[in-house]
Amino acid sequence: MSVPAIELKNITKTFGKSVVANKNVCLTVNYGEILAILGENGSGKTTLLNMISGIYYPDEGQIFVNGEEVSITSPKDAFKYKIGMIHQHFKLVDVFSATENIILGLEDDGKYDIKKASLKVREIAAQYGFEIDPDKKIYEMSVSEKQTVEIIKVLYRGADILMLDEPTAVLTPQETRKLFAVLRKMKESGKAIVIITHKLHEVLDISDKVAVLRKGEYIGTVNTSETNEGQLTEMMVGKKVTLNIDRSDPVDPTDRLIVAHLNCMNRDGFKVLSNVTFTAKSGEILGIAGIAGSGQRELLETIAGLQPMVTGGVQYIVPETGKIEFLRDKTPLQIREMGIRLSFVPEDRLGMGLVGSMGTVDNMMLRSYRKGKGIFLRKQEPKALADKIIEELEVVTPSASTPVRRLSGGNVQKVLVGREIAAAPTVLMAAYPVRGLDINSSYLIYNLLNEQKKNGVAVIFVGEDLDVLLGLCDRIMVIGSGTVTGIVDARTTTKEEIGLLMTKEVRKDA
Amino acid sequence: MTFIIQQTIVYAVPLMIVALAGVYAERSGIINLALEGIMIFGAFCGVMFVNIMQGQQWVLNAFAQKQYGLLQLVEILAMLTAAILGAVFSLLLSFASINLRADQTIGGTALNLLAPALVLFLVRLLTAQNTLFMSTGDAASWFMLKKTTFGFDKDAELSFIGNTFLHKVYLANYLCILIFIILSIILYKTRFGLRLRSCGENPQAANSLGINVIKMRYAGTTISGALAGMGGFVYALAAANCSSNGDVAGFGFLALAVMIFGNWNPLTIAGASFLFGLFKCISAGYSSIDINMDGVYLLREIGVSPHVYRMLPYVITLIVLAFTSKNSRAPKAEGIPYDKSMR
Repeated sequence: MSVPAIELKNITKTFGKSVVANKNVCLTVNYGEILAILGENGSGKTTLLNMISGIYYPDEGQIFVNGEEVSITSPKDAFKYKIGMIHQHFKLVDVFSATENIILGLEDDGKYDIKKASLKVREIAAQYGFEIDPDKKIYEMSVSEKQTVEIIKVLYRGADILMLDEPTAVLTPQETRKLFAVLRKMKESGKAIVIITHKLHEVLDISDKVAVLRKGEYIGTVNTSETNEGQLTEMMVGKKVTLNIDRSDPVDPTDRLIVAHLNCMNRDGFKVLSNVTFTAKSGEILGIAGIAGSGQRELLETIAGLQPMVTGGVQYIVPETGKIEFLRDKTPLQIREMGIRLSFVPEDRLGMGLVGSMGTVDNMMLRSYRKGKGIFLRKQEPKALADKIIEELEVVTPSASTPVRRLSGGNVQKVLVGREIAAAPTVLMAAYPVRGLDINSSYLIYNLLNEQKKNGVAVIFVGEDLDVLLGLCDRIMVIGSGTVTGIVDARTTTKEEIGLLMTKEVRKDA
Repeated sequence: MTFIIQQTIVYAVPLMIVALAGVYAERSGIINLALEGIMIFGAFCGVMFVNIMQGQQWVLNAFAQKQYGLLQLVEILAMLTAAILGAVFSLLLSFASINLRADQTIGGTALNLLAPALVLFLVRLLTAQNTLFMSTGDAASWFMLKKTTFGFDKDAELSFIGNTFLHKVYLANYLCILIFIILSIILYKTRFGLRLRSCGENPQAANSLGINVIKMRYAGTTISGALAGMGGFVYALAAANCSSNGDVAGFGFLALAVMIFGNWNPLTIAGASFLFGLFKCISAGYSSIDINMDGVYLLREIGVSPHVYRMLPYVITLIVLAFTSKNSRAPKAEGIPYDKSMR
């Protein structure tokens, strides 16, 4: 057997005194092989890769590259050993072109020559089957294009060892397939690849070996061909997670929210929703399925009063009196003042849901500060609520005043969902509430939604994982290109049926 | 016409060089609000240097024997002194905002408060009056380039170009324009420039590619300090009667405004500076400007209040820049202390 590309021996890293990010991690990566690192949020996957790429320095342990012990103290060192990392949060300069980003920081003897560099970028792209325009500015690019730039950035530096931190978290299934094809091509050309992902089916799809971390500790490495989802899940969470979601029958469903003939344009004047009609009932979870970007986001934002509708209407039926309120052309504040408790967990948690630089307490206050009398804010109530959420939802945070931006994705989501539920909603809308979350956090969110359903809330859940939609929801509405292509009973339908509905309208348009 | 062009340059040059100072700091990610303070300090240092040099025998001899080359050398040395000491002064801001991660706005304001007080204190200590002059008597005659400097006869008739650009001008202004052009090119066309700009946009990205963000930010603020110091001296030399009194008439703040409205872009900044310079010169000398050489002082004759003329440079600059800066966009990471572990 040849010399391994990277070998880690007993790597340990602690932050501060108490937080152990990695403990005695041992790993081996070979050339021509894809290793997946699997673990829950906060299990130290990213920290581990950051140590190999020179962002952090391990407290203990050794790193071997090509069989020789090395000390990687800066990203420059990592490049010296031909190690390249593609971060989950892209490290790109928005106002620069792709080429400028790629050559930034390079120390070669040649002259500063953008034209020559962009030629080389094209060459690399052609070699591995990327599509890229070297002169395009980053801010004009889609997420997957940005990722391409990141990958070419490390290839341009001659990296033979590539590490990708959750590359598929931001991609659509089609883009993921493309990425995997590229990764396979790189593997064939003899590169060593390390990939972090949460998604088990992707792990099984792309990797040769899987290394599992749990709470910073190294659990073990298995060959992908000899394992299955059940075993990996068990290694990851330590205990067998029941993949079945506890679904109760809806109790006394009555119409709560009636959306009729909704038409909506986006900012560029494209029609994103056409003639959407559906009813959300109390005490049930209505799932919304569809290919990403089919209008799910616009639909929820329109109901919440964040986007104007062109035609159509939204009616809300007050539970106690049965009175009908019209929500058309109302702002979120007006809706709230009408006494309608509509909660919205947006897709973009830190952009729309929470203020990243404020602590949990202050974020709680954002929803309630208007209730206060007098000119000063009252902190006691939000503080108590924040403490309650942190305790009940097991939010891992140093304190209730730590900026939520510093928390991990799952914890941010817990804070957001906790706040929205605390408002005792009658309608709860959640867009991709488990995106980027590990299994345990996901189930916590599912349980929260189920609890709301039992309390008689009309829950609208936009999801991407069909298994979850089938297991969690009572009815599933499928959206394709902004139109409703079908509403089905989640208990009797099949994945195939939903899949067909998802692509129905797309085909007609094309 | 000659008068207008010359005066425009006098006012425009310090403005554009100081605005570029701001650009260098902000492109590296540090808001340099202290431009005004550094200008004041640089002006004082330069004037002080000249003042000392004029006590030296060889300089006095050079003046007496009309060795203009030597005198110009003194002027250049004074510029350098102002630049170096301006850079040193700006290190206060750099240290506070880069190493100590202090709020950059507060750091800059502190320097702005410190500089005039310090300068006025020193001036009073040295001269027992409120203003420090470069020399006793006609200071301008020491450094101003005239046609006689180039060996022409006093009565010689030069062409329009010669009259405008060689007679009664300062070498310092031309040097500054040259420096402005060179530094603008460096910012956009070199590896160093690319790295500096990346630190102002996304320092985490820069760091992940092995760029030392702290070093680059020090480079940015230090160049900024040097330029602002130099700009201060040039202002003192050409626009303020070769004197320093702890004041540069708000040019530092004006330069900040020009930089922001000029979208952190050297070309727009140069344009805006010259526009401002033009109207500043009209407001200063509207009563003696004879536009079409027919002996009628039109601007004075039309009977507009002098106050209107004095307002003009500020109002016009504001209006034009407001319209041209629709897409104004600050460097993304400016003002945010660099934190390696932030995502």
